[in-house]
Amino acid sequence: MNISLLVILPILTAVALLFCNGLKQVRTVSLIGATVQLALAFALLILYWNERAAGNTAQMLFESSYTWFAPLHINFHVGVDGISIAMIALTSFIVLAGVLMSWKEDRMPKEFFFLLILLSAGAYGFFISLDLFTMFFFLEVAVIPKFLLIGIWGSGKKEYSAMKLALMLMGGSALVFVGLLGLYFNTDIGGGVHSFDLLQISQMHIPVEVQKMFFPFAFAGFGIFGALFPFHTWVPDGHSSAPTAASMFLAGISMKLGGYGCLRVATYLMPDAAHAYSWIIVLLATIAIIYGAFATMMQTDLKYINAYSSVSHCGFVLLGIGMLTQTSITGAVMQMVSHGLMTALFFAAIGMIYSRTHTRMVAQLGGLLKMMPFISTVFVIAGLCSLGLPGFSGFVAEMTVFMGSWQNPDTMYRIATILACASIVVTAVYILRAVGQSVMGPVTDSHYLGLKDASWNEKFAAGLLIIGIVAIGIAPFWLNELITPATDTIMQHAVKLVTLK
Amino acid sequence: MNDIPLTHILFVSTALFFIGMYGLFTRRNMITMLMSVELILNSVNINFVAFNKYLFPDKLEGVFFSIFVVTIAAAEAAVAIAIIINLYRSHNSIDVEDAGEMKY
Amino acid sequence: MTNYAYVSLIPLLPLACFVVLGLWGRKRFKTFSGIVGTGSLLASTILSFYTAYQYFFVDGKVNGVYQHIIAMKYTWLQFSPNVSIDMGIMLDPISVMMIVVVTFISLMVHVFSLGYMKGEERFATYYAFLSLFTFSMLGLVLSTNIFQIYMFWELVGVSSYLLIGYYFDKPSAVAASKKAFIVTRFADLGFLIGILILAFHAETLDISTLIERLTDHQSTQFVSITTGSLLGVSILTWGLTLVFIGGAGKSAMFPLHIWLPDAMEGPTPVSALIHAATMVVAGVYLVARLFPVYSIDGAALDIVTYVGAFSALLAAVIACTQTDIKRVLAYSTMSQIGYMMFSLGVSRYGGENGLGFMASMFHLFTHAFFKSLLFLGAGAVIHLVHSNDMKDMGGLRKFMPVTHISFLIACLAISGIPPFAGFFSKEEILTAAFDSNKLIYGVALFTSGLTAFYMFRLYFSIFWKKESHLHNAHGEGTSTMKIPLIILAVCAVIAGLLPFSNFITSDGAALETHINLVFSIAPVLLALGGILLAANLYKTENNKPEKVAAALGGFYKAAHSKFYVDEVYIFVTKKIVFNLIGRPAAWIDKNIVDGLMNLIASVTEKISELIKGLQSGKVQSYTLYFFAGIVGLAAVFIYLWK
Repeated sequence: MNISLLVILPILTAVALLFCNGLKQVRTVSLIGATVQLALAFALLILYWNERAAGNTAQMLFESSYTWFAPLHINFHVGVDGISIAMIALTSFIVLAGVLMSWKEDRMPKEFFFLLILLSAGAYGFFISLDLFTMFFFLEVAVIPKFLLIGIWGSGKKEYSAMKLALMLMGGSALVFVGLLGLYFNTDIGGGVHSFDLLQISQMHIPVEVQKMFFPFAFAGFGIFGALFPFHTWVPDGHSSAPTAASMFLAGISMKLGGYGCLRVATYLMPDAAHAYSWIIVLLATIAIIYGAFATMMQTDLKYINAYSSVSHCGFVLLGIGMLTQTSITGAVMQMVSHGLMTALFFAAIGMIYSRTHTRMVAQLGGLLKMMPFISTVFVIAGLCSLGLPGFSGFVAEMTVFMGSWQNPDTMYRIATILACASIVVTAVYILRAVGQSVMGPVTDSHYLGLKDASWNEKFAAGLLIIGIVAIGIAPFWLNELITPATDTIMQHAVKLVTLK
Repeated sequence: MNDIPLTHILFVSTALFFIGMYGLFTRRNMITMLMSVELILNSVNINFVAFNKYLFPDKLEGVFFSIFVVTIAAAEAAVAIAIIINLYRSHNSIDVEDAGEMKY
Repeated sequence: MTNYAYVSLIPLLPLACFVVLGLWGRKRFKTFSGIVGTGSLLASTILSFYTAYQYFFVDGKVNGVYQHIIAMKYTWLQFSPNVSIDMGIMLDPISVMMIVVVTFISLMVHVFSLGYMKGEERFATYYAFLSLFTFSMLGLVLSTNIFQIYMFWELVGVSSYLLIGYYFDKPSAVAASKKAFIVTRFADLGFLIGILILAFHAETLDISTLIERLTDHQSTQFVSITTGSLLGVSILTWGLTLVFIGGAGKSAMFPLHIWLPDAMEGPTPVSALIHAATMVVAGVYLVARLFPVYSIDGAALDIVTYVGAFSALLAAVIACTQTDIKRVLAYSTMSQIGYMMFSLGVSRYGGENGLGFMASMFHLFTHAFFKSLLFLGAGAVIHLVHSNDMKDMGGLRKFMPVTHISFLIACLAISGIPPFAGFFSKEEILTAAFDSNKLIYGVALFTSGLTAFYMFRLYFSIFWKKESHLHNAHGEGTSTMKIPLIILAVCAVIAGLLPFSNFITSDGAALETHINLVFSIAPVLLALGGILLAANLYKTENNKPEKVAAALGGFYKAAHSKFYVDEVYIFVTKKIVFNLIGRPAAWIDKNIVDGLMNLIASVTEKISELIKGLQSGKVQSYTLYFFAGIVGLAAVFIYLWK
């Protein structure tokens, strides 16, 4: 299977969209495109299992490479391992759910769906790239549509939020680019020729001083995408102003670009520096987890609640990476997948509530369970997943991060782990407050009594995400087996180059 | 020919150049400014030809270049006048100060 | 050896029922859902009785010692080569006893609810949640892996949350459900960290392996966990204490008990199942599960003992002053669980030393019957009176004879009057306490007198006191409500007669126990004294209770206000956590962190404001800059760049 299809398909869909007229055509084409994406992701998953079962132990499968710009040795080099496949599957789930959630987007539908699909092309491209430049290219592709989606279809102070998000993410990209160039110019594939190729770079030994110099750029740059404290402030504003599908994309996919980059580029290629700076990463991640959770507790807008909780939850990703044990890194990847699905579901639920009640303020909502049992149940499920209930993916991911973090025997790291564990209590507080106020309790507004429950497309979108969450929550072993070989490679690589403390 | 030293010619071209400069800076009429630009270009032409003649008499590059400049000056004049005409249509003036939309 | 794979059906049937009722119950099974739930649970119950028969009488015993049987085990999540979460089923005396208790009580509650919850709009949802709870509780007690316990621990917590909040339009129910979940979550944090500590040092999450390694003084794991210390306390004690905190949260031990009384906002059958008989004893079960490890660590056991004994006493005192009948029962539950806890605490591993362990399990067993009976009886009363308050009751014995008699039996059982069930188990607990710690024995004895007093205060206030004014009495309720009461009443009478110590002991070997009549005199007399006092004060309407209350003055008031523990919590959460942590965090984020980002943006804007004058839009000034630039560069290249 040529995995470039994953990029080509969304682009073809997007081009096809340009020739559509009216919401009906547009959404049909998008739905078909998104469904094919999902099918493709599943086909890839199955093919991947078959290859692995047949004993193919190569680090990356389905590799292919095309020269893109020969003088600088930039190639369109793609390939996947377990981590990428997990992220691709996540993306395809969210794209389909996002398309379904925007079923009634009648304001400039062609442009809206075009940008959504383009965003997914960027995400797929990013996850399959094995060439740093290509990766960077797709990272940028995934930024611009967000700006437009928020700026045009958003709500509230959308211009401000769109600008903030775009500027901060661009800042992140700039840092990433510095980091990548730093790596590039310190590589040598013979005869003073430099390389952007991820696999080639991983075989070289980049001098420790160089790593220490460029690791912060790469990590902080990707960290901005992944809501690294203190560069997380685009998250609340961006998410709350974005339209529902864009919020789902943002939190579900875009924030994962950051975590993936931190892992695949920063940590994998510069393990010495990762060790040297791990205490800073852990410190910032712990702050993000605890402080994000407490900040969430004080929010009154449902979208802000979920956005701040995303800061807290993405902290687990960075914590897992910073702890640098195999289990914790596996946990970080699981948390990326889990958080992607869960937060998309949460935003979908909030979107459904908002489209009916026209308010997102917790205090104005109440008793929705009576009129909208389906939507309320979705909301409660998203909440319970967020607070780490067994049976849902959140539990699996968080516990893996905790178990992995605890394996790092340093006392300060232990304290960080305990603090991170403590966040589950705070999470319970804010989730239950939100659920108790908005879904349960007496009906606060008599207008709500006439509201309708979810329509088929919303049910389908929510059901899709719930299936993903529950599948991971009940049978985490398959995800674990998918990810572990890849994290194992990363860890072995790190151990080979660095002697653990 | 040899009695006229190179410096004389250069002096003329320099004078021409600065006259052009002066015109370009002080005139607000765009036609006049265009004419000033032509003066500057021609001062360059004189330089080219003169250097070619005095320093490398067996080569032709200087002459070529001056022909290039003349050609480009012609094209440039056409474009500039087109701009001026359009400006006149939209602003009813060919005063350069009146077209200030492109500021910050 | 029998194949025990069928045991997996015991929890899976309720799970299937939950899925079916949860997905389609509202539309397809609107009225049948009760039957579906009850039917599947009946099957589970029969299976668990069969399992108990197989295990205890056929093949559980090898050389006179009951074995741990791993019926099945699957790796669920592999963390590292030797640490994994497994899903499995472990059969040993306590887990088999627990599945019998859980399925049986749950079945009674299911049957009772058929009548009690009839006509509710979310009838199917109710049964779905009950099934979810039953599944989780069964999964918990059958766990082979400590993390599996933790998972089901969270699941029972959430089913309790859902059921307490069943009447979701009642703000008090919502608040109570929230409180229950958050308080137990807080305790679970301790449990989680405890697990991390134990698992790290024992290098396993498997319960049998963990126990084996941590009780073997030669193993490297034992050495590592006992030699390490933090703040002068060994790592083992830390780990076990933290795990106990988790158990204390679920089992409503002081100071984590505040959620239990409020949890009474849920439907009464739910209280009978979750907050009386099964979930709240999960903490006791947890300590019992890890008892071999606890028993080598005296410090951790002391904590268990004192927390248990203090909770027993405190709850009994508070129970004497409450007027909401369900709250009285809730405090009584807390008090009885305190008994179980300190009984574990005073016990040691093996043989005669393990008397406390056996007594604790015995009390857990008998308590499940009479306490769920009390709750179901209270449910029947509430169903009739439509009020929870004692003041609205009185003289109900004529209207509900079955409830009356069964309630009386339960009261006698909990008070420890022979030959009812509670007598036997409480005797064992008192004996165990007497043998090891006289202070605890004193507390236990006094508490048992108090227990008799407040239970009969409740009994007389409901069924005697004044003549009733019920005019529209619609009878006692359906037969589905009466039958469980009768069955449980029979159990409350005979459960104590089982030769419990032959089956369930700390080390699996049978233990000889005998009732020492001389020893029994004191507690029984105290209990009778309590009953007589209650009869004197509450059998007829009089002003003696007020007088006594007045005489006790401040103490009564404090007890009535539950010793202000709730207020302390509210102060800590509302004032300290919200105001001193939450608000500043949100403020800092908005003003300082985000302010910094905005500052960067506005500085950039200021700078561009400063230099934008250069873009004047005047062609001639641009030309001027251009020429100036050329001249400047020319100067640089000609003179400076040699």
